[in-house]
Amino acid sequence: MGEEILKVEKLTVEFYGQKVVKDVNFSLKKGEVLAVVGPNGAGKSVLFRALLGLIPYSGTIRWQKKIKIGYVPQKLAIEKNFPLTVGEFLTLNKRSSKEELRGILKLVGLAGSGDWENAFLHKKIGQLSMGQFQRVLIAHSLIGKPDVLLFDEPTAGVDVSGEETIYQLFKKMQKSDKLTVILISHDLNVVHDFTDNVLCLNGEQICFGRPHEVLDHKTIHKLYGEDISEHAHHHEM
Amino acid sequence: MTLNYTQLIPAIFIGLAAGYLGSFMVLRRMVLVGDALSHVALPGLALALLFNINPFLGAFSSLFIGIIAVWLIENKTELSTESLIGLFFTFSLAVGILITPREDILDALFGDISKITTTDAYISVILSIILIAVMFAISRKFILSTISSDLAKSSRVKVGVLNLVFLILVAIVVALGIKAIGTLLMGALVIIPAITSRNITSSLKGYTIVSAILGFISLLGGIILAGQLNLSPGPIVVLVSTGIFLVSLLFVRK
Repeated sequence: MGEEILKVEKLTVEFYGQKVVKDVNFSLKKGEVLAVVGPNGAGKSVLFRALLGLIPYSGTIRWQKKIKIGYVPQKLAIEKNFPLTVGEFLTLNKRSSKEELRGILKLVGLAGSGDWENAFLHKKIGQLSMGQFQRVLIAHSLIGKPDVLLFDEPTAGVDVSGEETIYQLFKKMQKSDKLTVILISHDLNVVHDFTDNVLCLNGEQICFGRPHEVLDHKTIHKLYGEDISEHAHHHEM
Repeated sequence: MTLNYTQLIPAIFIGLAAGYLGSFMVLRRMVLVGDALSHVALPGLALALLFNINPFLGAFSSLFIGIIAVWLIENKTELSTESLIGLFFTFSLAVGILITPREDILDALFGDISKITTTDAYISVILSIILIAVMFAISRKFILSTISSDLAKSSRVKVGVLNLVFLILVAIVVALGIKAIGTLLMGALVIIPAITSRNITSSLKGYTIVSAILGFISLLGGIILAGQLNLSPGPIVVLVSTGIFLVSLLFVRK
């Protein structure tokens, strides 16, 4: 694996005197996929927001210089009749050519026959299905070729088949572009199949390392407070 | 009432600016903010009348102070903009009513474009053009931050600065509109064209352009109609724009 692009040391985030994320340490190398796992309320999204510099924190977060970060939020509430087309949304903060847009749409699994992409770009953003919208959010983050992608997995709304293809998509992108990804995942199977490293978070850091090395029964029990590792082991791909 | 170009030309530009800016205020769910802010202008307007300085300057000054205060308190406390505006709105209306000279109170509340001076006309046109240009320049980043401030911040958009610039633009457009249709009714000029346009358009570009055009049609049409009927223009402008809104319901695009 390549050079180190992120180093996090003793990262702590406090809200109203309560430590929501406590003493987190990890590093990320170019081309790696890192999954952040943990129960609801474990501080996973808070960790992301700290990594993005959206909230105050203590400790150090050191990104490689001039790194371009693409961010896919967990969900966005856009009103159904918000007057904004898909094409307009994708180019709100970044310029992009028609060709690049088409290429990215294809990459995220939004492609059809004939002039489908063009029609899709003119669709109102509020009228997309959840799965389509999630892919549009990913497409948005990919414009301008980011070096690293922060992907906050949606808990609901995207059906299982949709979810699987999104991970296959990451795999594909990773092979072609050496994209570095940090993803928040609720699914331990995904972690086993798609990621190089895993960071277990439950307020404090429970584990960090290769999934098959660090995700044992004991860790999972500590993380979730119950033994759901059985479920994870049944699922082999 | 006779109308001349000194009144009609500023009306075109103020209408365009109010409609255009209003389209963004509606997306930001700042409709009532605009409405309430127009009342914040009243004390400044009153002071300007008392000391015989340009009413636009007075209105803009008190709006500017109000907006900075809202922005600061908003950053300091967890109170929503909406509740703060509620506070400023009633406070300023109370102060404004107390200090506005009695004979000027109707003009302040409902406006009177026939009293616009040539200087005011120039100021209105120039400010309207600047306002539209600045809003256009920040529009994409502003929409992104409206959809998600996290997404905007992660793309290195300075959301705080953007919000302040936007609030200042709102203050300017409200101050401009007060001359034309008064503090009480100015809210209508930023709200109604935008929600009408939202009924009939689907892209951001279409929505903002149509809103601007409807703003100018409402203001100009209202003023001309009021002139012919010899009525006060403010209420007629609101009636015209409401009429267009009702017609737009027939063409709603879902």
